Amino acid sequence: MEINEIIKPENLVFKRTALMTDNHLSYCPGCGHGTVHHLVMEVIEEMGLQEETIGVAPVGCSVLAYDFMDIDMTQAAHGRAPAVATGIKRTWPDKIVFTYQGDGDLAAIGTAETIHACNRGENIVIIFVNNGIYGMTGGQMAPTTLEGMKSSTSPYGRDVKTMGYPIKMTELVAQLPGTHFVTRQAVHKPGNVRKTKKAIRKAFEIQQEKKGLAFIEVVSNCNSGWRMTPNDSNVWMEENMFPFFPLGDIKVDGKIVKDLLEGLK
Amino acid sequence: MKGNEAIAEAAIRAGVDAYFGYPITPQSEVLEYLTMERPEERTGMVVLQAESEIAAINMVYGAAGTGKKVMTSSSSPGISLKMEGISYIAGAELPCLIVNVVRGGPGLGTIQPSQADYYQATKGGGHGDYNMIVLAPASVQEMADFVDLGFELAFKYRNPTMILSDGLIGQMMEKVELPDQKERVTEFDQSWVTTGKTKDRERNIITSLNLDSELQYEHNLKLQAKYKAMMDDVMYETFDTDDAEFLLVAYGSSARICQKAVDVARSRGKKLGLLRPQTLFPFPEEAIAKLAKQVKGILAVELSAGQMVDDVRLAVNGRIPVHHFGTPGGKIHSPDDVLKAIDEKLLGGF
Repeated sequence: MEINEIIKPENLVFKRTALMTDNHLSYCPGCGHGTVHHLVMEVIEEMGLQEETIGVAPVGCSVLAYDFMDIDMTQAAHGRAPAVATGIKRTWPDKIVFTYQGDGDLAAIGTAETIHACNRGENIVIIFVNNGIYGMTGGQMAPTTLEGMKSSTSPYGRDVKTMGYPIKMTELVAQLPGTHFVTRQAVHKPGNVRKTKKAIRKAFEIQQEKKGLAFIEVVSNCNSGWRMTPNDSNVWMEENMFPFFPLGDIKVDGKIVKDLLEGLK
Repeated sequence: MKGNEAIAEAAIRAGVDAYFGYPITPQSEVLEYLTMERPEERTGMVVLQAESEIAAINMVYGAAGTGKKVMTSSSSPGISLKMEGISYIAGAELPCLIVNVVRGGPGLGTIQPSQADYYQATKGGGHGDYNMIVLAPASVQEMADFVDLGFELAFKYRNPTMILSDGLIGQMMEKVELPDQKERVTEFDQSWVTTGKTKDRERNIITSLNLDSELQYEHNLKLQAKYKAMMDDVMYETFDTDDAEFLLVAYGSSARICQKAVDVARSRGKKLGLLRPQTLFPFPEEAIAKLAKQVKGILAVELSAGQMVDDVRLAVNGRIPVHHFGTPGGKIHSPDDVLKAIDEKLLGGF
């Protein structure tokens, strides 16, 4: 097809969602955050939920998510997004509310808020981007940093004897009766992107149907924090992160569908 | 009814949309009363026991950002936990009501009444340059009345209001005239709230973040101008000040004790008066400065080691002696203790 043909509207095969603003994404080239942002906005646009949706942005790399998502948003203190979302959803039960959080936010400082929002079965969606590191502050050890993995505060590798073990929040929350749908996905390959988008859509549908909390972990890379090229970081992620954080649905329709101990020694 | 119960009943009647709390002595009756009363059936008010004070204040933050009338209550150690969230609420300029039924500190302290959280309440309390509106009830009646007033001021200035009570007012029982039931409606400008972006407006964002220091500087100037404007709503009461030669300044439960002391002193022929701030921020500095031209000395009386006395001294600005009598640590002084301090400290040199 000639270029003049390609640019004709009838030949359009993909277009950026209108719910992403024109602001330059502040994420490093190669980072998965941009993809997850797009997927969430695509789903909200396709489901026609823009006027009903309130997003809650965390502290971390995605603290400025409200600069990129063209929806009403509230920025939460570090770790508190599930409590903030609870306040919104409880007073506006017919609105659509989601949080967007990283691993330091959700699995360290916000552990209590995460566990209890899940346990109460708050009718919200939690999007959890897990890249095993504190990206925003420059690559410090996170609660999900793998054993032996180097970071600026575990420069000789994470020693589990003194620094504790990486935590699998997604398997933890799957065991709580309040969660309806719990899944772990990735966005480094087109096939994974499609699966993640499907999971996000399902999560928002569950909220519309008032069935309980939907929790989506996206295992992602942090090429800057991991000190790798984007490509190398994706290969490293497949070889090291996925065995410990295995992809796939963990809880569907309120029933656990996966061995929760998979990946643990 | 109890002061804490009066707060809870007044909240239902004020048409509050949601209360998020966590148990702590001596304020647990607020949450207990609300869960017992089933306000979800009476008015549709949401009541939720959170997993911590931190979560409760962040639920308040979330709901306040959507324009709802929301509140929380706690006591000193719990209020310290809420301070992170209060700083965010002040930074994002959200209206809400926070009740502190103060107990003695520091640390876990005691469950007995105290006024030792004055600094925390009136000087911001959390990080950054900010102020809450602070109301100081001295009776169960004012516990009830200040709920509505607190929300009125919070929405007027888009700022958190704190009711700074203490274990004495919270636990004591008095007759109270409750306000009529208000409808649960929001009557203020809703243009800034996050309830879903509609086509006719830009998206709304609730945040306290400005990475650009120039913008944060401008934001701070705006906040400071707002705090200055709050002086319009300063509230205080005076007793026997018209011909007073000496003045007591006290708020809350300490003011109740001082009122008795003034009565006794007057019966003994001493020309004593009392000024009771009802708002601690804004502080009635002009009224105190004016009285400083009339009286020979002032005694600030507090259930603390001396906190409000600093603001009295700033108002007086060295014109006359300002003394302090305080009882820290959860003990309560009697009118006799105050009379003794009046004789020793205030009248001693005259």
